Amino acid sequence: MTTLESSTDTTQMTIVAAIQSALDVALGLDERVLILGEDIADPIGGVMKATKGLSTKHGLDRVRATPIVEQTIVGTAVGAALGGYRPVAEIMFMDFLCQAMDQIINHAAKSRYMSGGHSPAPIVVRAMIGDSKFGAQHSQALESWFMHTPGLKVVMPSNPYDTKGLLLSAIFDDDPVIFIENMGMSYSIKGEVPTGDYRVPLGEASVLREGSDITLITYGAEVHPSMAAAQSLEGEIDVEVIDLRSLVPLDISTCVASASRTKRAIIVHGSTEFCGPGAEVATQLNDQLFGTLDVPVARLGATYSPVPFSQQLHSIPTEASIVAAIRSLRQRDTVGQSPMNV
Amino acid sequence: MTNTVPDRPALEWMYSTMLLAKMADERAALEARKGLLQAALYPVRGLEAVCAAMGVAMTDQDQMVSSYRNLGDALSRRIPLRTIIAEAYGRMGGTSKGKGGTMHLTDTERGLVATTGIVGAGMPIAVGLGLAAQLDKSNRAVVVTFGDGATSIGSAHESFNLAALWKLPVVFVCQNNQWGEHTPLAGYAANPNLAERTAAYGMAAEAVDGFDPMATLHTIGRALDRARAGDGPSFVECRSYRLTGHSGLSDYSYVPKEELAAALERDPAPTFRTWLEQNGHVDSATLQNIEHAAEATVDEAFAFAQESPHPSQDELLLDVYASPEGVPTR
Repeated sequence: MTTLESSTDTTQMTIVAAIQSALDVALGLDERVLILGEDIADPIGGVMKATKGLSTKHGLDRVRATPIVEQTIVGTAVGAALGGYRPVAEIMFMDFLCQAMDQIINHAAKSRYMSGGHSPAPIVVRAMIGDSKFGAQHSQALESWFMHTPGLKVVMPSNPYDTKGLLLSAIFDDDPVIFIENMGMSYSIKGEVPTGDYRVPLGEASVLREGSDITLITYGAEVHPSMAAAQSLEGEIDVEVIDLRSLVPLDISTCVASASRTKRAIIVHGSTEFCGPGAEVATQLNDQLFGTLDVPVARLGATYSPVPFSQQLHSIPTEASIVAAIRSLRQRDTVGQSPMNV
Repeated sequence: MTNTVPDRPALEWMYSTMLLAKMADERAALEARKGLLQAALYPVRGLEAVCAAMGVAMTDQDQMVSSYRNLGDALSRRIPLRTIIAEAYGRMGGTSKGKGGTMHLTDTERGLVATTGIVGAGMPIAVGLGLAAQLDKSNRAVVVTFGDGATSIGSAHESFNLAALWKLPVVFVCQNNQWGEHTPLAGYAANPNLAERTAAYGMAAEAVDGFDPMATLHTIGRALDRARAGDGPSFVECRSYRLTGHSGLSDYSYVPKEELAAALERDPAPTFRTWLEQNGHVDSATLQNIEHAAEATVDEAFAFAQESPHPSQDELLLDVYASPEGVPTR
């Protein structure tokens, strides 16, 4: 893992605090950094408080509360980027990106290409996957949509340290970045985070846990039930856990290196299994490792349904379902061998 | 800007620009009909006066966001016709190396920052450019052009409100050609007085005869003055008429004949020529020289475009990202 460190002071932060710290550092580093979004100015400081204090410290010119206009928030960010700024647009819940898709897909993503390189639009769009208690319109995991759009980068951190380092990299990246957070982790996951500037590069996966039996590839909030599943299987199955951290660029080589040792791999994510990011990762692994893996690469994603409100309906992989999937993969017969005991 | 007639070089430039727009438009349609130009074309016939007026009213520092109906807008930014036409042919000599096409002309050095093929989508981008101009404490203004059809879409209304709220130096130039694609204005707007409707957003809104280059110049000029003075955005409804179909080769038999005939009576370039000559602003010999020069420029632009090389396969994956490192290639 390459990390550019220029700060040694660290403190315990939640993910929300890490975002606030990243934005504060970015606003302090570069006058071209702007933040746009609904309710982001003080005193409210954002619905998740991720921008608390920033308008007071850096001014209402640069931390601008907007009307409820997702399309125009992103469009304004695109225009400001074309005007030389580095805007960060906050779009609260990821589902609301539907309102802004034209500006993201048709403008931010394509502007560099359509202009022959003359008009890049390096914006960051922050959005959050909500909690099922809000129902199906505030909780979708839509990262595949953006992975499917040339010109965009897609980042999904799992912890406070990566959140801050990746967000700073995203803000100063020369391409548009969709930065996806997860409400379920916002306050519950804490970790030591440098208080100053540091960067976690986009496109470098992180091996969170070494193991020799199975490679589990995941990202974002699903890192946590995946790690818990791996811990609970300790002594039974030795699971290596890889956190992709960014989906575009995709660090497939870290995944290939791991799976070529373990011979068995599974991808776990909170977006639907059908056409989810796991389909791409699995295909690339199969392309590179076909014939050397013991079994085909497995996937465990969300069910192909809207996110249900009832807590009794489990759409998204849980620790228990991940444990079951790992056991199933471990017990599966090797490719090409006929079942012994049937 | 005062309501005076600009100096002679400016008047000559306006006439030349109107002619270039008209002639290049007609030539492109001809080449398309012959099958030699494979490009979506959105003719600007009827908007020549508006484009010439913008070209004189705006400064070199000002920025523009245009739409797919952009030939005249691009000429107003003084983008060489040859690079516009080469882009239509998809060649390396084009504004975007042939990778953008007719709907995506861009020339940042000349202030044409973005051109969108999505109706109404340029307005939020202009708001962002206006915000950048305001934060820079610059004297720069941003003009965004769009048709009357674009005034129906949500992004327009969001942008009017936000630009007015933040008092941004943006001029919304509505090139009202009376048709939203193939539907007349009165068929899609309960209040077809677009300037009146937009005034409700709390910004200056004026309507002007878009066939009259002087009146249009002065109206856009006032809007730019307000933008530079910190008085916020303006909406300028330039009332024109579409003298062709919606797109290059599309049917426009549905356009009422008497309306079209009346509009053609006021065809901007020839009408301006008569005005220039009759009022003694430009003499006949000079006008003829301008006409010959425009013809030569159009010929040269099409020849340049047709001879310009196609992009090589290397271009396919260039400019997708700032750097191709680590990103997918298929």
